[in-house]
Amino acid sequence: MSAIPATVARRRGRDPWRRPRFLPLLAWAYVAWSIVPVLIAVLFSFNAGRSTSVWQGFSLRWWFGDPSAGESLWYNPELRTAIAQTLRIAGLTVLIAVPLGVLFAIGIDRWRGRPPAAANFVMLLAFVVPEIILGVALFLTFSFLLRSVVHLGTTAQVIGLATLQIPYPFIVVRARLLTINSDYEEAAMDLGGSPVQAIRRVLFPLLVPAVFASAVLVFANSIDDFVVVRYLSGSAPTEPLSVKIYNAARSGPPPSINAAASIMLSVSLLAALLGWTAFRWVSRGRRIRSARSALVDLRV
Amino acid sequence: MRALRAETRRSGVWYPRWLWPSFASPATLWLIVFFALPFYVVVSVAFGTTDFFRNPLPVYQPWYWSFSSFTSVVGRFAGAQPFYRPAFLRTLIFVPAASFICLVIGFGIAYYAARWAGKTKGLFLMLLVAPFWISYLMRIYAWQGLLQQAGWINKVLDFLHITNTSVNWLEGRPVTVIVGLVYGYMPYMILPLYAQLDRIDPNLLEAGRDLGASPARIFFRVTLPLSRQAILAGLVIVGLPMFGDYFTNDLLGTAKTAMFGNLIDNAVQNPGEGPQAGSLVLLLTALLLVPMAYYMRSSRRLGEQSS
Repeated sequence: MSAIPATVARRRGRDPWRRPRFLPLLAWAYVAWSIVPVLIAVLFSFNAGRSTSVWQGFSLRWWFGDPSAGESLWYNPELRTAIAQTLRIAGLTVLIAVPLGVLFAIGIDRWRGRPPAAANFVMLLAFVVPEIILGVALFLTFSFLLRSVVHLGTTAQVIGLATLQIPYPFIVVRARLLTINSDYEEAAMDLGGSPVQAIRRVLFPLLVPAVFASAVLVFANSIDDFVVVRYLSGSAPTEPLSVKIYNAARSGPPPSINAAASIMLSVSLLAALLGWTAFRWVSRGRRIRSARSALVDLRV
Repeated sequence: MRALRAETRRSGVWYPRWLWPSFASPATLWLIVFFALPFYVVVSVAFGTTDFFRNPLPVYQPWYWSFSSFTSVVGRFAGAQPFYRPAFLRTLIFVPAASFICLVIGFGIAYYAARWAGKTKGLFLMLLVAPFWISYLMRIYAWQGLLQQAGWINKVLDFLHITNTSVNWLEGRPVTVIVGLVYGYMPYMILPLYAQLDRIDPNLLEAGRDLGASPARIFFRVTLPLSRQAILAGLVIVGLPMFGDYFTNDLLGTAKTAMFGNLIDNAVQNPGEGPQAGSLVLLLTALLLVPMAYYMRSSRRLGEQSS
């Protein structure tokens, strides 16, 4: 850094190049503002009273309390079914969206011409269209045109979520492909490998971290989603946790809903943590982008 | 020689011609059936009719389309009985207001993260990304508890003597909904801004400084022009989903603060309003066509730059 121009400093009476004071305050206040309300909501799942806004002491009542009342999360069969349904549709969505998105990314990256440009366009369109539009469109499709093929419920939910999520593995893997030089595959084939071997033994291993990251992303997104899933739910047992929370939240929810939301939150965070650990482990010793930039890229 | 090799490598001479298309086709097929086709169904429902019990009857043949439902929906925005107009106008105020607040605050935070976070940068970025792993629903739901009349927000405001009567924040106040939108979408604004600001070469700022520019001048002549792309992208990224947002208002507002998304959601929930729901979705899509096209163009340009 060059020296501070003395005239500037004197004219203003203070150093204009000093470290800002207001900015860090704003930044850390924002971070607190973005996270503290959620922590408070988790706290209220341990409230002794029925309120979600007035603290009445600590209790585990809404988590494990009184089986006969059926008011606690643990003994509420409806919420337990919902948790199982959430995990089921999120898992199935990963199994569909990740392979489709990854293969699509590789194909689009290598295939030149007009058709891939058009396919890329449709994929990006699916990414930017507001969720409610996709949700209503699929709801109408499964209620009329494909009525006898796809029934509202698990199948419809998984199709909806997969359509919503395919762009994520595509974007994450595409970004990684742009940084991979095809010299590796070239070398594999110079050494006598077949194209299939080059893809299977060289390209795929290079993509593993990106594929893993996108799987975690899709899983967490699918657990959190409720817009598409709500329109595509059939009978009450097919409603996942997010939909139950949403329905309850509109009419004076008890703290057991906070407990349910806390479960949803923990599963997402656990997936993120697991993904991050695995990401570190898979990419150990290899020169890839730093974990920090990956962390940011993952969600942009 | 080098150029020639690059050419053959890129055009995939070593791989069979059908290989890459076959990689891309499953997802393409999926998107045709479950993304493109549903849009056709929306059009068929919007331009269809209803039966005696007011169930929608989609019409798939364009030559039989009837535009009566669609024109009646348009009439509710512009005609003599504009039921939909208040929600529409509200959306046109709430979304730009919330996007603008997101931009102003988000820019400061992204700027701090890129320039001044120093040793705490890793931690700070982690905390910035944290909201992404927390469901939108949970984050808005958390505010519902805080904003209740006996909730902690009123307690804090009372304590600071800002308000001395308890305000009911959840009775359909525009302020509550706008702040809810800002809270919900802010992270989507910060990350693209950060990614751009972090990429600005510090030497450029230093050059400005050496040439005698004030900090404010450097900001307006160097930093801001260099982040124009990210600002526009951020505005589109937060604006697009806000236009379709109905849940923020559902949890934090009432019918008094209903937005465009609520019109669609209500139409879907009411059994007889299928054609209305379809028409509203078509109108929203038309409204968002320009920002969507802009976003896709700019993200494609970014992809070309980095390849």
